Amino acid sequence: MKKLINKPESVVKEELEGIAVAYPSLVEVHFDPNYIYRADAPVKGKVALISGGGSGHEPLHGGFVGHGMLDAACPGNVFTSPTPDQMLEATKTVNSGEGVLYIIKNYSGDVMNFKMAADLARDEGIKVDTVIIDDDVAVKDSLYTEGRRGVGTTVIAEHILGAAAEKGYDLHRLAELGRKVNINGRSMGMALTSCIVPEHGKPTFELGETEMEIGIGIHGEPGRERVEIKSADEITEILALSIIEDGPYTRKLTQWNEEREEWEDVEVTSPPLKKGDNVLAFVNSMGGTPDIELFIIYRKLYSICEEKGIKIVRNLIGRYITSLEMQGCSITLVKMDDEMIELWDAPVKTAALRWGI
Amino acid sequence: MSEITSSDVVKWLRLVATTLKENSDYLTELDSAIGDADHGINMKRGFEKVESKLDAMVDKDIGTILKTAGMSLIGSVGGASGPLYGTFFIEAGKEVAGKDSIGINEFAALIKRGLQGILKIGKAQRGDKTMVDALIPAIEALETAIKGGSKIHDALKSMVEAAHTGMKNTIPMLAKKGRASYLGDRSIGHQDPGATSLYLILKSAYDAWHDKE
Repeated sequence: MKKLINKPESVVKEELEGIAVAYPSLVEVHFDPNYIYRADAPVKGKVALISGGGSGHEPLHGGFVGHGMLDAACPGNVFTSPTPDQMLEATKTVNSGEGVLYIIKNYSGDVMNFKMAADLARDEGIKVDTVIIDDDVAVKDSLYTEGRRGVGTTVIAEHILGAAAEKGYDLHRLAELGRKVNINGRSMGMALTSCIVPEHGKPTFELGETEMEIGIGIHGEPGRERVEIKSADEITEILALSIIEDGPYTRKLTQWNEEREEWEDVEVTSPPLKKGDNVLAFVNSMGGTPDIELFIIYRKLYSICEEKGIKIVRNLIGRYITSLEMQGCSITLVKMDDEMIELWDAPVKTAALRWGI
Repeated sequence: MSEITSSDVVKWLRLVATTLKENSDYLTELDSAIGDADHGINMKRGFEKVESKLDAMVDKDIGTILKTAGMSLIGSVGGASGPLYGTFFIEAGKEVAGKDSIGINEFAALIKRGLQGILKIGKAQRGDKTMVDALIPAIEALETAIKGGSKIHDALKSMVEAAHTGMKNTIPMLAKKGRASYLGDRSIGHQDPGATSLYLILKSAYDAWHDKE
């Protein structure tokens, strides 16, 4: 394998050391346990936001630490959920007394580790609430699977929630907002290549010269189906229509019941998109796909939305939630109301997203 | 009658660390087919961490040894395997708190308690194509053997054979839990990596203690 790395087992540590010296005015990096946190943490008078997940999705989540987005990000090993001690220490570092919200992508490992951390933090008297993101329409059935994966909507949620926290939303209101963003987001991804996990040394799966993988996640794993490669317009149509034609989606997501002091499964439903809806359209590179191709995808997405009477009010185009060097893209559409639009427009100052300040 | 002592448990865990290191690539290959190619790497790292604590554990009770192993795994494995295996050992440890030696009955009880911990947080059922598909048959075989009068060696042998069969039986299963579940029908025809690491952990117990009666 050819990668710009030193030893495979040092990849995450060296990355974190690079980040520490690259953005000293924005973030600090804590080692053992590993987490990246705002240089000005703890920020008084607001709820702190923490997310995290395996490394290999950069800039998610470490690149999103800063004003208007995350207070801390916990990076695990490549494609591996971080451990509760990381989240617990990060929680103690960024909590200013207003409580902490965990934004959790829906993978069994992420959910288990974040739940353990939340329990540990509560034992220490810190109020913690959680929002789970499960927006990936490629996974159809949640009854016989782990449920939909958390993908593109995570990026959108992290800024909308970050902005709301800056505005002074309390923990409960933030959690409600996060759940609103989640049920209004849908994503679908595809890949032209797999990726190589450094310590594994070879591609997680092999695609032939004329093959593509539809319905991939962000961990380099195979998708729902492997088919002959098509044109960008045809691919965009497959992804966009999967999102637009996805019906109402009902499932149970785990949530903390403050009164009963226990976790419970709560039923939630994502309403389908419909004509007249305002959306944020997010076209994302899986890491290896260049901007030149992303704009070709966006062009077709724009025309499909126009055709369907779906109004794109905001957009995000680029590399934001990746799978190492995988070539491919994902599309996310988030139905936006006035509150969400205003929060999206609010200032953000992080390594990977910056406007307004 | 032979007993399993604290130092036997330490020997088991050392052997698990060696076995998982030797099988790291194999587990990772299994995890490439229906996962994200990190299971072998994660388990190896986790048990290296456990191994580093073992020298200080030889004079502790079995409950403490298992609990320490479990907590160590939670802090180092990551993914779903960390919480699942961590909880397995922590719960198992509770069953034998304060004991310096146990019989095969108590070993069966601690494994069973470990399973209950896994079921509580992972919520898998038999047939979902997970570690539980190796563990449940293993416990059933162990309990049956003990009831039939088997002592340590024979009981553990039955347990490992059942774990092996359970692991192989995951091949035709459709994954309903974990990352493999996203693949739908494509998960069929591949052996589950979690069931495989579970089998290797139980086999290490047999390998460590097979010369007991």
